[in-house]
Amino acid sequence: MLLKLTNVTKRYAIGETIINALGGVSLSIDAGDFVSVMGPSGSGKSTLLQVASLLATPTDGTIELKGKDIGKYNEIERAKLRNQEIGFVFQQFNLLPKTSALENVALPLVYAGVGSDERKRRATEMLERVGLGDRLSNGPAQLSGGQQQRVAIARALINNPSLIFADEPTGNLDSKSGADIKQLLIDLNKEGKTIIMVTHENDDAAIAKRLVTFKDGLLIKDEPMPASYKKYLT
Amino acid sequence: MPLDQIFSIALRGLWINKVRSFLTMLGVIIGVGSVVLLTSIGTGLQAYVTDQFAALGSNTVYVVPGNPFGEGGGFGNQEQAILQQLTPTLQQEQMEKILRDNRDIIKYGMAAGPGLAGMRYQDTTKNVTLYGVTSSYQDVQNHKAEFGQWFTDTDENRGRRVVVLGSSVAEEFFGSVDAIGKEIRLDAQRYTVLGVLEEKGGGFGGPSFDNYVYIPLKTLQDNFGVEVVSDLTFTARDQESIPLVIERIEEELLKDLDEDEFSVFDQSQLLETINSILGVLTLGLGGIAAISLVVGGIGIMNIMLVSVTERTREIGLRKALGATPNVILMQFLIEAALLSVIGGGIGLLIAYSGSLLIQPYFPARVTMDAVLLAFGVSTVVGLVFGAAPARRAAKLSPIEALRYE
Repeated sequence: MLLKLTNVTKRYAIGETIINALGGVSLSIDAGDFVSVMGPSGSGKSTLLQVASLLATPTDGTIELKGKDIGKYNEIERAKLRNQEIGFVFQQFNLLPKTSALENVALPLVYAGVGSDERKRRATEMLERVGLGDRLSNGPAQLSGGQQQRVAIARALINNPSLIFADEPTGNLDSKSGADIKQLLIDLNKEGKTIIMVTHENDDAAIAKRLVTFKDGLLIKDEPMPASYKKYLT
Repeated sequence: MPLDQIFSIALRGLWINKVRSFLTMLGVIIGVGSVVLLTSIGTGLQAYVTDQFAALGSNTVYVVPGNPFGEGGGFGNQEQAILQQLTPTLQQEQMEKILRDNRDIIKYGMAAGPGLAGMRYQDTTKNVTLYGVTSSYQDVQNHKAEFGQWFTDTDENRGRRVVVLGSSVAEEFFGSVDAIGKEIRLDAQRYTVLGVLEEKGGGFGGPSFDNYVYIPLKTLQDNFGVEVVSDLTFTARDQESIPLVIERIEEELLKDLDEDEFSVFDQSQLLETINSILGVLTLGLGGIAAISLVVGGIGIMNIMLVSVTERTREIGLRKALGATPNVILMQFLIEAALLSVIGGGIGLLIAYSGSLLIQPYFPARVTMDAVLLAFGVSTVVGLVFGAAPARRAAKLSPIEALRYE
């Protein structure tokens, strides 16, 4: 078991109102899994992603990563764990502006304390892997949306994390670029990468092996990708 | 995470916004520049004064009426001092007696008194300062005649109507004409020019020795109704005997005068007083300039706060990718400190070139102290004013930050 959430709850207080973003969710992810998380807005899928990716702490419940209970880790411990174990792919790409693709990809290695020569070598390798070997020194402004998302994926992979979280990875892309990114994710999973993807598009969700559905802060369905989704694949 | 890595992240952060970084630095550049330049003027002035005093010879002992270094510090009671300057207390004879009795330790002695007169030569008429002196002036002040000669003891004793001109006065009245032997009029009395003195220069703003008309003290007293002797000056044979010289002078003068009617002091006391005044002046100038440094620091804080807000997403991303709050704190602290220190360095360069530029006209001097102080203060300014923005950045929640539009 790679990641195990047991009875995880998350409550926010916005002024006087208490919001139950997650109301007791249990979920297990095995190494090599590829999970799509779906649900309407406000269903808790984004909160789940934040808690499971160690960006936020749960109010209650336990989170185990590789058998270790990490739910009560402090901010510094979580930052280090994110750096080592988690890769992020965002809808907005979130690349550093005016900074080359190479340096963007190498950023997690900077915080891991890797020396600059090795950073450069590994980042070059990773960019070649996502098909941007000829764009090393281009900044985000000189890259198309699809290329930017590839850079972001290379950045997510650079520290060889156990888990990759993708939050609407094709949400900001045209369908052609989106298809490329989806293919890249499929390939990565085939190579053994574990991916958890939040999406509200059926044809995005369809590329995963497993479908988890949220509603009102609760996990209401956890099933292998239903055969009915096959039709969304192109 | 090693500090040098954070350093290069911070440096990159500044480089990406070159123009803004430079504009932010401007405050510190101006602040440090003006502090260093103004203190360089102050310390240069001090050094200049010290040099001038050394040139006068450190074996000099002065006697003046009243008590300019009176109790209560500074120059004492002003009104009393003025009154004492108007009442004749010191006499040329006292100087001569002291000199006669102490030949073993005193080399020269002179007495001097000031006067004013309208001086005329042909068509040129101008008010001049008369400096009634004994001819030993030339030895005591080491101020020789460049052309002609000084008046002699005989001229002096007989109260002859002769003068020696300071170089500026000679230039003004005679230009290229040889002044020696010419007759001039001082308040309608005829005087003969015996000599023209070599150029001596003199304090800025203050009177210059080159602007004086030197006249035998006795002549001054006889013909211009001047009774006051403004000072007696002695040259000790060596520096070691100065305390003894002072003692002897006091002994002699106390026979005729009260303790508070005159003061005897040597160069070091005078220098000390002047230096302490110039020290306060330097501090004051530096202090005023330091205000602009504080304003520069506030500028850094403003821009850093804007920068943190503007880079909220970047901060969120860095945190998501593994930057701990401390690393973020350091990044922004170092950015602020770098802005300030680089600004300080540029300011220092400008101040240094500025001091070189004005050196022909003014004795500015940039000291190592000022350099270290400038760097120290600008680092502290950066850290202090960078602290609040850096703390804000460190405390941002990565989720909020990533969601920030």
